[in-house]
Amino acid sequence: MAKVLMKGNEVIAEAAVHAGCKYFFGYPITPQSELVAYMARRLPEVGGVFLQAESEVAAINMVYGAAGTGVRVMTSSSSPGFSLKQEGISYLVGAELPALIVNVVRGGPGLGNIQPAQSDYFQVTKGGGHGDYYTPVLAPSTLQEIIDLTEAAFEIADTYRTPVILLGDGMLGQMMEPVEFKDLTEREPGQKEWATTGTRGDGKPRTITSLDLNADALEKRNEHLQKKFAMIRQNEVRYETYETEDADYIVTAYGTAARIAMNAIQKARKAGLKIGMIRPITLWPFPEQPFIETRDRVKGYLSVEMSAGQMVEDVRLAVDGRAPVSFFGRTGGVVPAQEEIYEQIVNISGGVEV
Amino acid sequence: MSMKTVFERTSGLTETQTHYCPGCTHGIIHRMVGEVLEEMDILEDTVGVASVGCSVLSYEYFNCDMTQAAHGRAPAVATGIKRVLPDRFVFTYQGDGDLASIGIAEAVHAAARGENITVIFVNNAIYGMTGGQMAPTTLIGQKTATTPFGRNAAVQGLPIRVSEMLSTLDGTAYIERVSTHDVPNIIRTKKAIRKAFETQKQGHGFSMVEVLSSCPTNWGLDPSESLDWIKDNMVPAYPLGVYKDSQKEAGQ
Ligand SMILES: Cc1ncc(C[n+]2csc(CCOP(=O)(O)OP(=O)(O)O)c2C)c(N)n1
Ligand code: SF4
Ligand SMILES: [Mg+2]
Repeated sequence: MAKVLMKGNEVIAEAAVHAGCKYFFGYPITPQSELVAYMARRLPEVGGVFLQAESEVAAINMVYGAAGTGVRVMTSSSSPGFSLKQEGISYLVGAELPALIVNVVRGGPGLGNIQPAQSDYFQVTKGGGHGDYYTPVLAPSTLQEIIDLTEAAFEIADTYRTPVILLGDGMLGQMMEPVEFKDLTEREPGQKEWATTGTRGDGKPRTITSLDLNADALEKRNEHLQKKFAMIRQNEVRYETYETEDADYIVTAYGTAARIAMNAIQKARKAGLKIGMIRPITLWPFPEQPFIETRDRVKGYLSVEMSAGQMVEDVRLAVDGRAPVSFFGRTGGVVPAQEEIYEQIVNISGGVEV
Repeated sequence: MSMKTVFERTSGLTETQTHYCPGCTHGIIHRMVGEVLEEMDILEDTVGVASVGCSVLSYEYFNCDMTQAAHGRAPAVATGIKRVLPDRFVFTYQGDGDLASIGIAEAVHAAARGENITVIFVNNAIYGMTGGQMAPTTLIGQKTATTPFGRNAAVQGLPIRVSEMLSTLDGTAYIERVSTHDVPNIIRTKKAIRKAFETQKQGHGFSMVEVLSSCPTNWGLDPSESLDWIKDNMVPAYPLGVYKDSQKEAGQ
């Protein structure tokens, strides 16, 4: 298929359709409203259902209902709306239902603003709702990568029977880039023997629930979930490194921040500084390996985020005190400029010779 | 001597023993729903949605595929199921705290959209499961754990009449309020439930049966006093009858 020029939010939507998702339940919120509008036009074309829910709370619970029938289903929102979905996400985890939830992050806290931010990192990577759980979080940094990760998100969701979060930000959602979709292959949702679709002669009734009144039984259920999380940690970590082999310092960033940081790193390389980059693609599970491999030989790390410093906590855990970790971030919807990241790099590396 | 079967289990319910308190009418309402599903021969085509309240474990009692929804969200969950599987029967079973308080938005909007689902709404004027707190349906003067001096309109507001309210929405097809306080009313309850599922079968849209039900435990009454309490206090505040029958109105 030829390249097409599309907006990030629309790319997420089309990528989901390509991945066989025919059901969307959502509620408008900037900066992800194009995604909702795209689905409203697109899903009827593939025989699917688009429904504008009365709230994000209703939307995530419609997703819960649809997911229980075994189909690929998704919802999308931005920060305040994502907060409203948290109880539902916890239920999806507890009942082991696969679904895709998109969060196109905006400035917070509270109503904040509609500018791009990465300040929901804690919320998406540390559970977010109640109970002991994690959800896989995929963070693309280009529109082409959105396509791959949306497909991957549905695969992970089905494989592990878990909700998966695709994390973008207002910048990624609003920007336009040429992208290429693979040919649309008609996907039949695989038979899911646990789905509640009416028994129709196939045995005893099934139930979907996260409730277990017996503490020992609920502990068993939790142990099962923890095993699943361990498997996801083992199998699903994704990241990208750039010139870390000879690096004195490593910048780490994801999503939009990573794009900007990359330009700053290339400028620093030209100025003779040995700077590398680790770009986490899965934020949970967090890619510890590239830090473990480099922490004894580099002079330090710099975490660049559009937040007051959230991912940096995971970086510190991975580096485990073996090298200094510094942080640079802008908040409230301010996108860090390449120049200011460059300055930070120069500062931590002790300056450039001029 | 020939024997006549006067009572048989319904295949609409599983053999699991229910956990309801003695004299609680949740069990009777379960049976009425189970019998209707059996008689319509739709158990294998039905997906039920249990809510959060004393009936949370109803997914262990109804003999069909069941999903357990978050508190108040059963109509949204049912919407998700029905939109994927429009040819299956989908019903919710919800208490008055679940439907009329935390889940009122989901109930109103499912009704307004005319979702082709059936809601069994069990109104016992109290939060049973959490120990007898005020529900939106608690009567004026009624003492509960959170209205220890009786519900006072000036402080706690007035009860919500859900059937009347939802029947004003154009999306609703069939709405009836019934009661469980004696046998004739229980028979009427079953008829109403049947009518609601028939409405869904014909694809007419949202149907709801509001069933006045007892909570001897939290009302502090014995089972038979509880039935009298429904008749003497609840029925006057929540008049029984058909509030919406869109097919009849359409002149059928
Ligand atoms: C989000 C949330 N809030 C509160 C509760 C606690 N809770 C459980 S059941 C219930 C009230 C149920 O009352 P009702 O719906 O009237 O059902 P009944 O037990 O009377 O049949 C409440 C408040 C909960 N489980 N989840
Ligand atoms: S607490 Fe009330 S509603 Fe709940 S089972 Fe007991 S009697 Fe029934
Ligand atoms: Mg109640």
